[in-house]
Amino acid sequence: MLVKKKRTPPEIPSSSMSDIAFLLLVFFLLVSNVDTDKGLGVVLPPPGDAEIKLNPKNITMVLVNAAGDVLFNDEVIPVGEIATRARQLEGSNPNMVFSVQTDRKTKYQDYIDVVDQLTAAKVKKLALIGTE
Amino acid sequence: MAIKKSPKPKAGIPTSSMSDIIFMLLIFFMAATSLKTVEGLKVKLPQARSIAKLDTPKQSVLYVFIDRTGLISIQDKLLNVEDVSEVIYPLRRNDNMLTISMRSDQETQMGVVSDVQNELRDASALKVNYSAKPK
Repeated sequence: MLVKKKRTPPEIPSSSMSDIAFLLLVFFLLVSNVDTDKGLGVVLPPPGDAEIKLNPKNITMVLVNAAGDVLFNDEVIPVGEIATRARQLEGSNPNMVFSVQTDRKTKYQDYIDVVDQLTAAKVKKLALIGTE
Repeated sequence: MAIKKSPKPKAGIPTSSMSDIIFMLLIFFMAATSLKTVEGLKVKLPQARSIAKLDTPKQSVLYVFIDRTGLISIQDKLLNVEDVSEVIYPLRRNDNMLTISMRSDQETQMGVVSDVQNELRDASALKVNYSAKPK
């Protein structure tokens, strides 16, 4: 006697399909780093050489030389100390303007380190004079 | 005795999972298209600690690339320093929110960066963001 074997119908299991889709979704969400632009925000001084007359008392000069050494108010200090110094100065004088000047050969990273420190100190008045 | 007829295999694409597949593809393409990397010069961004996310909408951000040899690139065009303000000025006039995202290499010399900044000042594009990587 011939009894045909019952064939299972070819079918893709659809119950797990949504799981797979969800898994892939999560995977791509984690893997794809949407290029967020992060950085240090500054506002440049307006154009023109019109010097705003400031009381010298209210200016802190931060000089960075080509080797990355920092001269903070005529005193050589490590980069890491700028934040605390700046916070102190701003605490005693809220009108303090920090003026960052660099050599033409200063590395960008050294400059960013200084700006980073001043940003960390939440300096409100930052003047980026540029190169000497 | 009658021979048992095998049940006919169901012909047709399973439609219940179709929406899932479509949804998955949609998500995939959404993720893939937003991955558009910014064109420009190859730079190794500096590192900083107190970085913050740029709060300007994407369409108002202009990328200025300066690589370690001092090449300047804006909108995929290499420029001389003195042409920077000419390029930026019309953009700045049309967009009040224009923010310059400075993507400069960590080894770039400040001379070039400073020259570019002076050009930005001439173009009144004063909002600048120094792109950096977390330390």
